[in-house]
Amino acid sequence: MHPIAEKYLRKSALPTIFCPGCGHGTVLNSFLRVVDDLGIMDDLSLVGGIGCSSWVPVFVNADTIHTLHGRAIAAATGLKLAQPERTVVVFSGDGDCIGIGGNHFIHACRRNIDMTVVMMDNHIYGMTGGQLAPTTPFHSKTQTSPHGNPEIPFDACKVAVAAGATYVARWTCGHPRELARAIKEGIQHKGFSFIQAVSQCPTQAGRYIYGLADPAEMVKMVKENSVRLARAEKMSPEELEGKMVVGKLYEEQGKPELAESIYAMMKGRKG
Amino acid sequence: MNRITIDEQYCKGCRICIDQCPKDVLEISTTRNPKGYLIPHAVRSEDCIGCMLCEMICPDMAITVEVSNNEK
Repeated sequence: MHPIAEKYLRKSALPTIFCPGCGHGTVLNSFLRVVDDLGIMDDLSLVGGIGCSSWVPVFVNADTIHTLHGRAIAAATGLKLAQPERTVVVFSGDGDCIGIGGNHFIHACRRNIDMTVVMMDNHIYGMTGGQLAPTTPFHSKTQTSPHGNPEIPFDACKVAVAAGATYVARWTCGHPRELARAIKEGIQHKGFSFIQAVSQCPTQAGRYIYGLADPAEMVKMVKENSVRLARAEKMSPEELEGKMVVGKLYEEQGKPELAESIYAMMKGRKG
Repeated sequence: MNRITIDEQYCKGCRICIDQCPKDVLEISTTRNPKGYLIPHAVRSEDCIGCMLCEMICPDMAITVEVSNNEK
């Protein structure tokens, strides 16, 4: 096992529950490198909801909350307001974050509370058997849409920017180095940081949506489908059809942060 | 020469590392780990350029690459 994993993982919870080739493990790998790099293990609090992706905090030997389905950001907001000096990172799946917890997500973006949300987007509800998620591609077949998905999927990054998040990035599990850099920037950024990590689910999305059960093929496909921001700016909308733009999509400095505003207000009242 | 070690206990045999290696250093072996997965092994370690991609992409953190600096 890698020395970083030896240092930061909870041995009793290993091996991970992830299927062979699941992209969530790559996100965990990238995240542990960031923790090691920044040395923030002592004041790190991790929050997860329900789903495969929300198991990531369970494996890390830090303070962890495992909350109700979709309520990870709500619990993290309370945690951050009670202890504003802590570094709060939320791990959430696509269904957990913008499906069931969509309301919490939008309002956390609007409040600009200082936390990092890593949304692992595998385009499906993987743990419960492959149901339709808000990010499932249009016309793709899942267990609950046997004739194809009639709904148009969410673009979570656009929602985050529109709702007021101050750091938004999107990478895939085929770009582990860039993903680690985005998580690092997100943790260092003061304000709400949202990182969409497009992950492969060979068990559910692979078999039913893409017809690929091989994780290596899925990583290759996701990587080929992604276009870096600098290149995407030079491409026409027709060329970008069906492609996914990856990179740091939005950053804003100096917007008031919720915990700081609240504590400043409380101080003003007392004094 | 860079040394690539693969932890047999944690490897799940997903083969992403084999596919992602730019120099085709890794190959699947015929040995199985206690869970029954076929695990990869480094057959061309001398070709390794130390890009660490296999180490960073491994979902189970089973790969460790030790880059040797004394080589030119």
